[in-house]
Amino acid sequence: MPTKVEKDSVTGTETTGHEWDGIKELNTPLPKWWLYIFYASIIWSVIYCIFMPSVPYITGYFGGIWDYSQRATVEEQLAAAHQRQSVFLDRMAGLSPEQVAEDPELLTFALAGGAAAFADNCAPCHALGGAGNPGGYPVLADDDWLWGGTMDDIMVTIRHGIRSDLDTNTRLATMPNFGSDGLLSREQVAAVADYVLSLSGHGDAGAETLAEGAEIFAAQCVSCHGADGTGLHEFGAPNLTDAIWLYGGERSEVIAQVNHPRLGVMPAWEERANGQGLDDTTIRMLTVYVHSLGGGE
Amino acid sequence: MNTTQAHPEVVQSEDVLSRQEQRSQPLYTGRVKVYPKAVSGRVRRVKWAVLGLCLALYYLLPWVRWDRGPNLPDQAVLLDLPNRRFYLFWIEIWPQEIYYLTALLIIASFTLFMATSIGGRVWCGFTCPQTVWTDLFMKVEHWIEGDRNARMRLDAQPMSGSKLTRKLAKHAVWLLISLLTGGAWIMYFVDAPHLVTGFVTGGLDPVTYFFIFLFTGTTYMLAGMAREQVCTYMCPWPRFQAALLDEDSLVVTYRQWRGEPRGKHKKGQSWEGRGDCIDCKQCVSVCPTGIDIRDGIQLECIGCGLCIDACDGVMAKVDRPLGLIAFDSERNQRLNAAGLPPVSRRSRLVRPRTIIYAFLITGITLALLTALTLRSQLDVNVLHDRNPLFVTLSDGSIRNGYTIHVLNMGQEERQMTLTVDGLPGAEITVVGAEQDDAVSARLNVTSDAVLTYRVFVSVPADVLDENATDIAFVFDDPDAGLVSSHDSVFRGP
Repeated sequence: MPTKVEKDSVTGTETTGHEWDGIKELNTPLPKWWLYIFYASIIWSVIYCIFMPSVPYITGYFGGIWDYSQRATVEEQLAAAHQRQSVFLDRMAGLSPEQVAEDPELLTFALAGGAAAFADNCAPCHALGGAGNPGGYPVLADDDWLWGGTMDDIMVTIRHGIRSDLDTNTRLATMPNFGSDGLLSREQVAAVADYVLSLSGHGDAGAETLAEGAEIFAAQCVSCHGADGTGLHEFGAPNLTDAIWLYGGERSEVIAQVNHPRLGVMPAWEERANGQGLDDTTIRMLTVYVHSLGGGE
Repeated sequence: MNTTQAHPEVVQSEDVLSRQEQRSQPLYTGRVKVYPKAVSGRVRRVKWAVLGLCLALYYLLPWVRWDRGPNLPDQAVLLDLPNRRFYLFWIEIWPQEIYYLTALLIIASFTLFMATSIGGRVWCGFTCPQTVWTDLFMKVEHWIEGDRNARMRLDAQPMSGSKLTRKLAKHAVWLLISLLTGGAWIMYFVDAPHLVTGFVTGGLDPVTYFFIFLFTGTTYMLAGMAREQVCTYMCPWPRFQAALLDEDSLVVTYRQWRGEPRGKHKKGQSWEGRGDCIDCKQCVSVCPTGIDIRDGIQLECIGCGLCIDACDGVMAKVDRPLGLIAFDSERNQRLNAAGLPPVSRRSRLVRPRTIIYAFLITGITLALLTALTLRSQLDVNVLHDRNPLFVTLSDGSIRNGYTIHVLNMGQEERQMTLTVDGLPGAEITVVGAEQDDAVSARLNVTSDAVLTYRVFVSVPADVLDENATDIAFVFDDPDAGLVSSHDSVFRGP
């Protein structure tokens, strides 16, 4: 180290005294503000390490004096959110879906909660907004309900499901395999299909075929679909006189359904496997929401 | 002769480096602090007047009251963010009408461009908050620590009792002004009387305190410490001055043709063969940004014109004509240098650029006023359901669902009838509304509120001949004589 501080003649800046091949390094210190912030950051990091989770152990970690954890914070926030919801949940307890729908505040709450639950659980089959999907996933936004479109009917359907093997109280009805089990001949199946289409003014079958179809219908179908073909909610038997066809309204599709019926299945949401079933409040909120999509029946 | 009576020794020459001279030093040297000297004169008087006006407007405007009826704030200018309402005297603006603010900003911009085109950096030099508050802070500094030389001496001194007292007093007054400034800013967002009582009693919420102290801090930093560095380094405005000024704009100009060659002048010396500039550097010492105006127009010059006052004072003392430094245009300098008369004030003011600006400002102002006058107190948003687009009902008819938001921005409740137009045979169902028949619904729209309705429209399938039919929801308010129609679409298979 030189004993005397040397100044560079060109810039007037002090040198550090380091020299390489005749080139001397100028001593241009870091800006003060930068340096002080740097020192402050060091002090801050030490304080931070004392108070906040910092040092990892082989198993676990040093949690700091405050033992802060983001996971715990989330749990607190969730608890707080549940706390805020509980005001409405308590009011909703013991009320029927109709009573919930009459209270504007509870209605808003139930619609929001129902929409979220619907998107999580129902939308994969019924599509967002209850638009339904082809192949037997009914539209929930229309006015046609297989198992009934009152609030109570909808709630029972959600709770116990349809043909669900999880729930003994599930909605259960079976349509025989008229064609494939040999109950009716091919011609009889075709005749009854023509008759069914004629109920809603479709098809171009002759009077003779229709008379035969009507005869078969009266013998085989009226017990579930009713004498006039308007269906029966108790058996989930669809109305055959309207414009809505769950499995399609073409002649071939109707014949296929009579021949070997497809029977839709919906889980019992109260009793889903592994204790993942929906709670009572969620089911009621879902009921209110689903009913609101198309205004029920 | 006049010249012999002049007394150069009364004109004290200043030992001061201009920015240009400082720039020749290495880049890593720190900022050279500017100690602007106090000056008096015409420009200074105008600046005080503008400063008083601007500060009075800023501090007093939140206290102006405006009666809007019960349950509404009575502050004339209030940006009520929690309730999402902007109140400007008789105008009440809802969030979705924020585009009115755009028009206001465009008008402000063009006014600024026009002012710059005519008068150079008048905004920077006279009305910019940075200039106004820096001026105020410098006045305080001058009052406590004395003028330029006294301040330089004080800063060079080692710390002593009297120096500490002066410094503390100065910063205390600065902080007080900053607090008032920061507080007054919040008054535009929170009711002013409530803010003051709340601040004194400590009853404000932490966010309000945070913003009050934030703006206190920025005022103190920007006007007390940063000063001309804000204009030179932080503000983008000086950077595009070049695009806005032209050779007819008034800028603070050193009349080189008259001043050069400059040089010291002793009493009694002849003025023959030399310029009027006696190189006393008064213009540099009064400059708040520390530049030498004689170097010509430069980025740092905020156009405050204090050097004009300083130079006029000197010219009066040496008995030469005033206006060696003046607000003048570049074209005039060229004409003067060539011995020609300057352009008339009229042809300087009226030129294509200013005419275009004037047209634009008038046009946009008229458009804004028209839009404000004609705007409806009622706004309706119709949202067609995206999922499902339509449903087939059991009788074969097609139904579409809509969510309709009705915004009643007025203070009266409205009784309205909703019908659908453009779709023969359409039936309408409004969830939760009274209906006398299947084609109309009665709506009670409460005042100052947004109401949401769920609406179903259905028609027989054979009415539809395309998969999208334009329809309109018609709201009829017979009491107010108001019919408003809102377009939407009806979708079918």
